[in-house]
This record gives sequence, C-alpha cells and structure tokens, in this order.
Amino acid sequence: MNWEIVIGLEVHTQLSTHTKIFSGASTTYGAEPNTQADAVSIALPGVLPVLNKGAVERAVKFGLAVGAHIAPRSVFARKNYFYPDLPKGYQISQFDLPVVGMGALTIQVEPLSGNAKPYEKVVRITRAHLEEDAGKSVHGATQGMTGVDLNRAGTPLLEIVSEPDMCSAAEAVAYAKTLHNLVRWIGISDGNMQEGSFRCDVNVSVRKPGEPLGTRREIKNLNSFKYMQQAIDFEVQWQIDTIENGGKIHQATILFNPDTGETRAMRSKEDAHDYRYFPDPDLLPLDITPQMLEAMRATLPELPEARRARYVNDLGLSAYDANSLTSSREMADFFDACVATVSNAKLCANWLIGELSAQLNRDGLDMAQCPVSTGQMSGMLARISDNTISNAGGKDVFRTLWAEGGDADTIIEAKGLKQVSDSGAIEALVDEIIVAQADKVAEYRSGKDKLFGFFVGLAMKASKGKANPAQLNEVLLKKLAG
Amino acid sequence: MFNQTLTQIGAALRAKKISSVELTQTYLDRIATHNPAFNAYVTVDAKTSLAQALAADKLLASGSAQALTGIPIAQKDIFCAKGWRTTCGSKMLSDFIAPYDAHVIEQFNKAGAVNLGKTNMDEFAMGSSNETSYFGQVRNPWNEKAVPGGSSGGAASAVAARLCAAATGTDTGGSIRQPAALCGITGIKPTYGTVSRYGMIAFASSLDQAGPMAKSAEDCALMLNVMTGFDERDSTSLQREKEDYTRDLNKPLAGMRIGLPKEFFAEGLSADVGSRVQEAIAEYRKLGATIVGISLPNTRLAVPVYYVLAPAEASSNLSRFDGVRYGYRAPEYTDLADMYEKSRSQGFGEEVKRRIMIGTYVLSHGYYDAYYLQAQKIRRLIAQDFTDAFKQCDVIMGPTSPSTAFNLGEKGDDPVQMYLSDIYTIAVNLAGLPGMSIPCGFGDNALPVGLQIIGNYFDEARMLNAAHQYQLATDWHTRCPQL
Repeated sequence: MNWEIVIGLEVHTQLSTHTKIFSGASTTYGAEPNTQADAVSIALPGVLPVLNKGAVERAVKFGLAVGAHIAPRSVFARKNYFYPDLPKGYQISQFDLPVVGMGALTIQVEPLSGNAKPYEKVVRITRAHLEEDAGKSVHGATQGMTGVDLNRAGTPLLEIVSEPDMCSAAEAVAYAKTLHNLVRWIGISDGNMQEGSFRCDVNVSVRKPGEPLGTRREIKNLNSFKYMQQAIDFEVQWQIDTIENGGKIHQATILFNPDTGETRAMRSKEDAHDYRYFPDPDLLPLDITPQMLEAMRATLPELPEARRARYVNDLGLSAYDANSLTSSREMADFFDACVATVSNAKLCANWLIGELSAQLNRDGLDMAQCPVSTGQMSGMLARISDNTISNAGGKDVFRTLWAEGGDADTIIEAKGLKQVSDSGAIEALVDEIIVAQADKVAEYRSGKDKLFGFFVGLAMKASKGKANPAQLNEVLLKKLAG
Repeated sequence: MFNQTLTQIGAALRAKKISSVELTQTYLDRIATHNPAFNAYVTVDAKTSLAQALAADKLLASGSAQALTGIPIAQKDIFCAKGWRTTCGSKMLSDFIAPYDAHVIEQFNKAGAVNLGKTNMDEFAMGSSNETSYFGQVRNPWNEKAVPGGSSGGAASAVAARLCAAATGTDTGGSIRQPAALCGITGIKPTYGTVSRYGMIAFASSLDQAGPMAKSAEDCALMLNVMTGFDERDSTSLQREKEDYTRDLNKPLAGMRIGLPKEFFAEGLSADVGSRVQEAIAEYRKLGATIVGISLPNTRLAVPVYYVLAPAEASSNLSRFDGVRYGYRAPEYTDLADMYEKSRSQGFGEEVKRRIMIGTYVLSHGYYDAYYLQAQKIRRLIAQDFTDAFKQCDVIMGPTSPSTAFNLGEKGDDPVQMYLSDIYTIAVNLAGLPGMSIPCGFGDNALPVGLQIIGNYFDEARMLNAAHQYQLATDWHTRCPQL
C-alpha cells in the first residue's frame, strides 16, 4: 500500500535576551529555584507587563532571515488556562496577529535510506510569534508535594510554525536542523537543546495520494534530532497500521518515550482547552517601524543559504562541502578566515571538514571551543599550499597545534618537516634507486605498472619522508620510462 | 479644621500652626470615634501613619515641603502599599501584605503625604453600593441607612465624614464619580493613561483609572498634580509633559460651551436629581456659559457593552488568584482542580463570581464574536459619539447618577438595577475620557445630588476650571453631614 506522510513543525526557540520578555528578571539558566522570579514572574496583584525590545528585535531579525512579511502592527493576546506553573492564569502570546508572517526556509535533505540522492526543498513558514514561557512544576520536591519554580516563567520564546510541507522524517529533521542552525547563525538564540532553548512539536498525519489531509497527531516537546526521527518513524508506522487494520486516527497530543521508542497519547481533542484568547489590554499593539526594520536588516550577517551558494559558485566547492562548512556560523566563519589567507579553498575545506571536525568530535567540543585559532590553522594550511610540507606533515603540525599550541612554522622547523622540493636532490635519489633495483626496473618497463608504488615507497624512505610527493612522482615516472 | 481645603491645611503646616503628627493624630482620633459607624476604613495603622507624619514634619522644618507634605490622605485598598495589608475588599486577599508600592502610593510618598489608612471598597471594585466588600458594607454619612455608592465607597464616605483630608479612588465604570455624587463630594476620573495603573489591582485593565476624591475641585487639582505622570512600568501610561492642574482654576467661564446630552435627561432619571442638575446648569448660564443641546445616540448601549467587556477582562485578570502563590487557599482539597475550585469559590464573593462567569462565557469559543468583538465595535461607536459632541461644546454636563443614594440592601437582589445606577458614567470609561462629579444640591430625601462634568481627552484643567468656578459661586461642596 502506498502512503503519503504529511509533517508540520512548531518550534519554540528561546530568545537570547538577558532579561525576561515582560520584566527585568534575569533569564540565566540553572539558578536556584525562584531566585529569578520577580514580582511580574510571580504575578503579584497589580503588576503589569512591559515588553522587552530585545525580544522584538530578535523576532524581526528572524522574520527577515526567512524572507517573511513583518507585520507593521501585531497584537499580544492572552491565552487563558489554569496551571500552577502559569502564575497569571494566562500566557501572553500572539494569536491572530503575529509579528512574523509567511516566509520560507530552503533545506538540504539527506535521505536516511539506501541510495537516494541528497536534494533541496523549500519549506514554507506559516508564521512566528512572540510569547512568554511558563515556569516548571517540580514533582516530589517535598514529600507528597509539587513545587513550582518560576525562574523560567516569562522567558521570551519565538514560536515558529511551518506549513505541513515535509513528507518524511528525513525532511523534518533537515528542516529542524536548518532552523536550529539559522537561529544560532543570526544570534537570536543559543539553541541549547538540553536546556530547552529549542523544542520541537511535530504534527504527523498520513494519507493516500490525492486524498485530503488525514487527521494529525502532535508529538510534543522533542529536544533531540535523533528522537525526532525515531518518534516520526514510529508514529507514521502506527498510524498506517491503525488505518490498515480498519481503525481511525483521532486528533491527539502525544509524547515520545526515548526508552521504548514509542509514542503515547497524552490528551485527546475532547479534553482540549478553550483558551479564550483575547487581546491583552495591558499591552499596546506592537508597531514595527520601517526604521526598525532597516536597522535590523543591517545587523543580519550573510545567511547560510547565501554562503552555501557563494562557496559553490565562487569558490568551486562541491555541494557536500558547502553544506558541511555552513552547518554552523562558527565553522563557516573559520573557513572564511582560512580562505582569506590561504586562498586554496578546496584545501581549507578538506581540512576543516576532515581533520578539524574529526578532532572536535573526538574531544566532544564544538567549533566555538576549538583550541586551534584561525591564525594557527591558516599558518599551517599555507605551508601545505606552498609545498613546504606535505599533507602528512600537516597532520603532524595540526596535532601539535591542537595539543600544545604554537605556530606552524616553528613546529615545522623544530620537527624538521620541511619537504624536499629540490629537483636535483630528488633526481639523484631516484637515479640511485634505479641503479640498485635494476631487476625491478626491468619488470616495470616490461609492463608491470603496479611496481610504481614500490619505487615511490623506496624513494620516500630514502628521503626520510620529506620528498615532495608530487615532484617525486613526476621524476620517477620520467626516469622509469627510460 | 476638618472642613479646611488642602491649600489651607498645607499653609497651616508650613506656618507651623500645627504639625503633621498632631494633624494625623487628630484624624486618627476622629477615625477611632466615627469609623465604626461608617466602616469607611478597612485598615488603619496609626504607628506607620505617625512615622510618616514625623518624617513629613522634618521636611516641613527643613523648608523642602511640597503642597501635600504632611497631609493625611486615605488610600483605596486597591493600591498596593509596601508593608500594608492590601485586600481589594476580598477574602481572597484578606491577609495579603503588599511587598511593594503602587505608582500612586510612591507619588504620595515622594510628595511627603501621610498614608492615613486603606479605605473600604466593593470586592475587586465590582459594585455600585459598597455592599460586596468582604469587610462589610460602608454607610453613607448623610444617612446611615443609605449606601455610599461604589466601588470607592469607603473613600467617599471618609471624605464626606471628614475622616481624611482627601482620598484616592479608582473608576472603571463610575467608581469615583457615583460614590462622590452619593456622598456629596468632588471626584475626578482623569483621561485613561494619565495615572499609572502599576500596583493598582486590576479589575478591567482597559477601563481602570485612578483619581482623587476630595472636598473641592481645587483639592482634586492638587491631588492630581501628585498622582499623574508617565510611568514606564505601565505600558498604557501616556508619555506627556507634567501638567499643573490648578493652572486654569480661576479662568472666567464666559464663552464656555456646555453640552447637555438629551439621552441623560430621559426616562429613568429621578425628578429631584433632574431638577438639581437643571438648577446647576442655570447657575452656569449665570456664570457666562452657553448651553448647547447635544446627542450621544449610543448611550443606551453603554451598560450592556460594559457588562461584556469589563467582566471579560476581569475573568482573566482575576485568574492569578488561584491559591497557589499567595492569597486565600481552601483549607481542604483533594487534588489540584479541587484546590482551584474550592479556593476560588470560597475566596471570591457572589458578585465577583458572577462577573467571572459572565466574562468567561463571552470569551468562550463560539460566543467571542457575538459578544466580545461586537462589544468592542460598539465601544468605538460610543467613543465616536463623544468626538462628534465635542465639536459642538467644550464640556458635557448631566447627572452623575440617576438617583440619590438608595438604601442598603435595596438593590442587592437585582444586579441589573444595580448596574443601571452607572448608566451616565460608564460611557466615559468606554471612551477613555475624563469625567468628574461635583455636589449640586440635595434630593427629596435630603441626600446629595452630583453634577457630572465630562471633558475631552486631556481636558482635566478645563473641567476643574468649570467645577471650581461653580464652587466659588455656590456652597454645596462645603456642606457636610452632622455626625
């Protein structure tokens, strides 16, 4: 049976302001419970919200980055419901008039299965709106009691809602990753998924091709890309099985359990709240002036998509290399800094995607924590590029830079890594080998091409590994030909 | 002495004829004697008040006193005042000690005024008779069987009985003007956004506005000078230059155009109130004003619109009183839902619960468009009525309330009858305009009648001018009940 999968995402991104969206309380993560809960966070009688301009600026910046319509006037609304971690009894959010309207994000999809080729896809972003986060209920904090920690209450969030444009777990993950990269790239969020700065709700439904959309179920609060993929895969299969066994899908909110790899319904549509949205009379409509829009546009860096295109079109890199290099702003900036001094883009790309990334992985570091600076790295790359050292010598230098620091030239000197590029010396060395290995030379000349490697090995050994490989190859080829 | 104006009291303090401590103690003694009869105060804290008076005396001695330095002011119990119990007239907050000062309280503290105590009010400012207070009904000093009006009934009663030099009130649909009228005092609700709402416990955020209640227009002007001003903690606070509201008090009224809306003199208005208001208009004519007939065609829609919008906002504003973090929590409950249900049904009174129910209903899915949205549209039409009217006149005048004070318990069983007592005041809040009430005589039952003056946006100085000139020509505002 042929099924189509339909997926849309709602992503809650914590904005990187130092203070809360409607008060001056700190947003720093991990403080003692309720030490960051001021009068507004506790919702004392008589307190009022005052909008944090920094949160608005970040929302606008996001809107511009996805080419969205920015509403000249948007409205904050109250979403009313009772819960102990919601101190006012309502959440201030945006409802029918969000600050960011329709936009789009281009994603690079790497299919998870078999031999399918990577491809590009455009996912439409329906809207993005500002809202405040709730606090946290701490169950069992005291014997038989639930504690309430309001440190997080009032933390600014941007909820980014996509159209149901994705049709596989791979596309959903690619979208989430691209979005995650983008919010960090433009500096509006730290994107820390462990700390809840980037939380995904995934709406999933299935249908037969050509049929109207099926009933969706919403997987809540996924905070890892791996779990997202597992959850979608499980949910899709569950929905297909249910329908094929004659069952019906009912709209529901569900949770993914990473331990079992299964999804499970949390509440059905029947217990859905009536949130009684209405415009918050404590806040004026949010007006975005053309001046603010231009000021925000001026702060936008070159975006990942533009940079990817530049790497392919101007620097001649492959799509794969360009994607890898733009997987984070830090990586791309590091690359640009290296290319600026070394100018051999392919060499720089290979080293950053290869050796540098591998080493970061091994040490569990991210790019921002890289112990090798761009100056150190490009110093080394320049010496490979100008043939002073070989690629192998470069690895040696890199390991030293990583572990001990210093600069490439000093390390090359100290370790004697300079390769021999003096053609006279290489020719003399090759001549000696040809004399000493007359039998093998004869075999080679009679058609045993495979012996070429054997001669290269001998010559390298004779040069103590310092011969310029390209030059050595050239000389050997010429002399062996006789 | 208790009949002196704020200007006179201030002069006596600065001339060292009396100290603030002596003055405050005199008022505290008077409260001790008479408050049991009127129940105008919910909380009196002599020690704190006297400490403030002592500090004021130092300011007076150092010569750095301002107009209200050392003068005892009664604060409506809707304003959070640091260290003071702040109840909003509710069991829900009967033990709540505010940890911070409202903007209004801060302003009085900066001015060196003395907080004489917290005045009684309808629970969460919901009521027109001060009968919904958890702390008991307030009585009208003119007749103890009569209501003082509401919701600022305690403040009105306290000013009328001379239990304070002046008081603060708040007005969501008439809560300053109606009790001022019923108690024979002067009160003004300024333009929405003029006085910061920070620290003022919210009833209906888009309508709530604080203002003074005092013995005269001149006193109200001095009080407004202290209470107004931009406050960045309230997003609806207006960023305007500070005004001196006394600046136009002494301007002659010649040429002032007074609009009389025909809808304010139609069915439902008591004959005696109508007569007193017409007599006041005649006085204004004598003072040189021109009288213009105007129409506010949507007046009849003001009460129904208000009783959709105000409860809608209130139902949300009062959600924070859930027994979780502060305030009343039921002593016994089985689970979270039960805790909410019991705490709120035990902590709120009947009228508050009625409005939460109405508000929840009109915001509900399927009813929102028919009620809330429709009401918002009519609200704009009502505001437009005033805009049109002010093309023909400078101020609008009429009755504040359709009748003089009714008896305690008289309208308790009929909320709609009670709501109609605000029929002339509510439209002003819906439009965000300034409105005031001044005494203009007595009805058949010898209870005070109030004349309402409505001004255009930010026209408080002109309204106070009109009121002051009338008060120079008449003596209704100097009458006070024999205690």
